[in-house]
Amino acid sequence: MPAKYDAQIATQIINNFGAKPELLVQILHAFIERYSYISEEAVRQIAYELNISRADVHGVVSFYHDFRTTPPGNRVVKICQAESCQAMGSRELTAYAEKTLGVAMNQTRDDGEVTLEPVYCLGNCACSPAVMIDNKVYGRVDTGRFADLLEKHGGA
Amino acid sequence: MRSKRVVYVPNETSAVSLGANEVAEAIADKTDAVIVRNGSRGMCWLEPMVEVVVGAERIAYGPVTPEDVDGLIESDFLNGGKHDLLLGPTEEIPYLKNQDRWTFQRCGLINPLDLAAYLEHGGFSGLTHALESGPRGVLEQVKKSGLRGRGGAGFPTGIKWQTVADAKADQKYVTCNADEGDSGTFSDRMLMEGDPLTLIEGMIIAGFAVGASRGYVYLRSEYPLTRDIFEKALKVARAGGWLGDDIQGSGFDFDIDLHLGAGSYVCGEETAMLESLEGKAGVIRYKPPLPAVEGLFGKPTVVNNVITLASVPNIIAMSGDRYAEHGVDRSKGTLAFQLAGNVRRGGLVEKAFGVSLRNLIEDFGGGTASGRPIRAVQVGGPLGAYVPAAQLDILLDYEKFAEIGAMIGHGGIVVFDDTVDMAAQARFAMEFCAIESCGKCTPCRIGAVRGVEVIDRIIANENREANLDLLDELCDTMIDGSLCAMGGMTPFPVRSAVKYFPEDFMPPAGDNK
Repeated sequence: MPAKYDAQIATQIINNFGAKPELLVQILHAFIERYSYISEEAVRQIAYELNISRADVHGVVSFYHDFRTTPPGNRVVKICQAESCQAMGSRELTAYAEKTLGVAMNQTRDDGEVTLEPVYCLGNCACSPAVMIDNKVYGRVDTGRFADLLEKHGGA
Repeated sequence: MRSKRVVYVPNETSAVSLGANEVAEAIADKTDAVIVRNGSRGMCWLEPMVEVVVGAERIAYGPVTPEDVDGLIESDFLNGGKHDLLLGPTEEIPYLKNQDRWTFQRCGLINPLDLAAYLEHGGFSGLTHALESGPRGVLEQVKKSGLRGRGGAGFPTGIKWQTVADAKADQKYVTCNADEGDSGTFSDRMLMEGDPLTLIEGMIIAGFAVGASRGYVYLRSEYPLTRDIFEKALKVARAGGWLGDDIQGSGFDFDIDLHLGAGSYVCGEETAMLESLEGKAGVIRYKPPLPAVEGLFGKPTVVNNVITLASVPNIIAMSGDRYAEHGVDRSKGTLAFQLAGNVRRGGLVEKAFGVSLRNLIEDFGGGTASGRPIRAVQVGGPLGAYVPAAQLDILLDYEKFAEIGAMIGHGGIVVFDDTVDMAAQARFAMEFCAIESCGKCTPCRIGAVRGVEVIDRIIANENREANLDLLDELCDTMIDGSLCAMGGMTPFPVRSAVKYFPEDFMPPAGDNK
């Protein structure tokens, strides 16, 4: 479970990077690792401590796919949508995943259990289609294997 | 008592994605063998591929699932016993035997974090040689080698380095682009997981040649295992006195920081990567000034791809002239091609330039995984053209590909069988550009959105001819008006799809579609 926001620990994270504005992308990664998303509170505090504007921080947060601004589901399922996986049926796999999980791409299910997202290449292209569940990469994922993997990661 | 057997089980993304960790655990639980976690040999279709040392040879088995381990033990695999998964001596597997393994010479052979094994297999001999021959000597060898940027643009590395070396500045940088975003490519990842010290060695040599004391590796966040292994490799190099202050008593200081990308494709463009390394949004910069003159934090900066930098130690160790003996015309040396998509034997094939696409896909790759005919092959990632099956005899050579409006790029080869819908692929090229555009220039930011719409209208058979003309004009605008390759090359896959597969853009006619 991601940690609850704590201003003191946030300060510590920022100071681990010497509170340097040029390390903003790396600082945001550290926030994601701890809190799973970048809250408004975090944007305000990072801007203050790096002595840059909130707009500057927002600009970076909104540019990168990794820096989500709302909490993800308890499980994050990413399915590669790039060409190599397309050639091996990722479109069909995606349709199957949306149906099985009951959630559309780029959405978190209403019960907060699962988030389904596209990813553009996990570098596992010789074993397409590739899927990432909770930061673990899986290869040669057909619908049957997808169902097994979901089971392994706590069910659909 | 006989000595313990040594078993190699790769700790590499593809192998792990197919259960290599569980296989390693099962072997460790059920035998007294010593398990070495190596990199991958690049034969991804055989992963997880387990190797057992028998006598002077390594005997391979694969693909091994955790459920296979009991059977392997019954078959006495620790002594090379017969089993359905037995592949024979690894080095004799034709896929591997027929390659020109230079840059990837150690990948899969050793534990990537074992400094002694690295040294034993020729590691750091390039750097040692470089430190002896001096920066000028290094520049000369790199120029002689004819090495060109392996990231995709193919710019001569020696000239780039010379520019940075000639620039006067109090600080210079070497940056390594490991934001391997092209679909169908994984050579950067495989090298950084299987032989990371080679990249570190190459970066130190680059720093020494141009007079830089700091290096940055910009690694995509989609590669968590790569990050883990590379961070450890940096520590191993520092602990061994091969990274940091006064490297091996030479008086030369160089250190490397690892930075993570954050899921942006355009950050693979060199100036966007520099912006991201400075902590900003990955919006591309105007060129000139070139990064070699004004790069990271405004200082002269080498920006090279992983494979470019990792090719250098070997070039310095063997001499530029010898490297240049391989390859063709202006495409010298080897490239680590990557076979992906709908291919039977997907994996990494390092070959000298001049090999044909057909040789790679049919002889190495074994045709499609589905067994159906090949219809199209996308070479060079999402900005690369679709090559029709009729053109597979083309030789892999930067200039030959440019002649047909295609590119080799980072060496990714994605195979599609005859079930592919090329209109959908063209639409995806525009859609991907719309998603990933940094937004700085209009042709890319808006052109890509309009491109999706126009293709949708063509597919829906609305004003077909007029919309096909419009798509063509839009492609011209994007090519001529975009600031970088994102918008400037997205038209390549689109146009090749329209040109070679016009039937896919026709209206659905009864059962004919």
